Amino acid sequence: MARIVGGIACSHVPAIGAALDKGTAGNPYWAPYFAGTAPARGWLARLKPDVAILVYNDHANAFSLQIIPTFLLGVAESFPVADEGFGPRPVPTVVGHPRFAWHLAESLILDEFDMTIANEMPVDHGLTVPLSVTCGQPAEWPFKVVPLCVNVVQYPPPTGLRCFKLGTALAKAVESFPEDLRVVVYGTGGMSHQLQGERAGFVNREFDNDFLDGMVDDPERLTRISHTQYMRESGSEGIEMVMWLVMRGAVGPAVREAFRFYHVPTSNTASGLLCLDVE
Amino acid sequence: MSAPRDYEDIPGTYVYDSERGRVGYQLNQFCMSLNKPENRTAFKANEASYLDRFPLTLEQREVVLKRDWLGMLKVGGNIYYTIKIAFCDGLTFQDVAGMMCGMPKDEYAKMMLAGGRNPAGNLFKEPR
Repeated sequence: MARIVGGIACSHVPAIGAALDKGTAGNPYWAPYFAGTAPARGWLARLKPDVAILVYNDHANAFSLQIIPTFLLGVAESFPVADEGFGPRPVPTVVGHPRFAWHLAESLILDEFDMTIANEMPVDHGLTVPLSVTCGQPAEWPFKVVPLCVNVVQYPPPTGLRCFKLGTALAKAVESFPEDLRVVVYGTGGMSHQLQGERAGFVNREFDNDFLDGMVDDPERLTRISHTQYMRESGSEGIEMVMWLVMRGAVGPAVREAFRFYHVPTSNTASGLLCLDVE
Repeated sequence: MSAPRDYEDIPGTYVYDSERGRVGYQLNQFCMSLNKPENRTAFKANEASYLDRFPLTLEQREVVLKRDWLGMLKVGGNIYYTIKIAFCDGLTFQDVAGMMCGMPKDEYAKMMLAGGRNPAGNLFKEPR
């Protein structure tokens, strides 16, 4: 039987990936970030997952505004790394797990979560940066990945509560897969940031740290945060944090904080990293 | 649940909602086209004629040609799309963020290093 063995919340700032790709991760700007996140890489390696369900959003790379799926599951054998406007990141191709992914899609849809299904899809920094942060720079990614995309670009994204409920349905779907698989779930994006307008550069440490606390102890409180509250208090792009709630719903009520890291700035953004052990 | 458009009083923020999505679709689809290397080359070779391929408004053409990053948001541009033009120009996200809030590059970078733009006084358009 497949089971969820851990949850990871991780910001997916493109500049973090660029620092690794360009070999600047050791400079004074980036060194504290990469040193600070190192324990998460050790924790994840010890968990030895077979597959990750990685919740993220596409940023005008796999999808344009032509078709905007609210929730989408990638069922392909592999997912090429997207050219985001300056050539693809030099990271390994992401290998999928089609049988498991199709099982999740079937289970979720029959459980009333109407997933869009993607048989072909490039993946952008939203997916590859959290892999880089938590796995470093291996020649191949150490596990298979099922991408789960959430629209957070065209307003309105799904509510935090809906995302949390999707997570609980995802947990049921994982448990009903007959094969023995160790599964980790990533919720990515955030933390507070605003990339647009005269308020660009907005960061709210208090909101972020309160959110990290809630992710551990009281996620239901977080499901009541409205979209306007996210945008006002964590920046217009901070609304990505609804994706963390998919992960939090999936790992179940009994979790223990294994590791936490918070850092400002990574380019324009406050970065958070939270690892949860499933009890 | 959020009430409709109750985010309009957030200062310096252009929420990409249905209204902007309706107006900005073609502008953003032009930006999306720059994901392809051959299109980046064609755009750089002759910006005006490349823009002819897309049914943009005059205003939308103008803000693109002038690289008016804030102006692009006002005519329906979405930042994840308009940033593709900046990448074509060799600019970074942080360069464009600074330009949108009218701060010199080094001043913006210093603000971020000091912890970012403070929430105090930046949550509502009108002081409360």
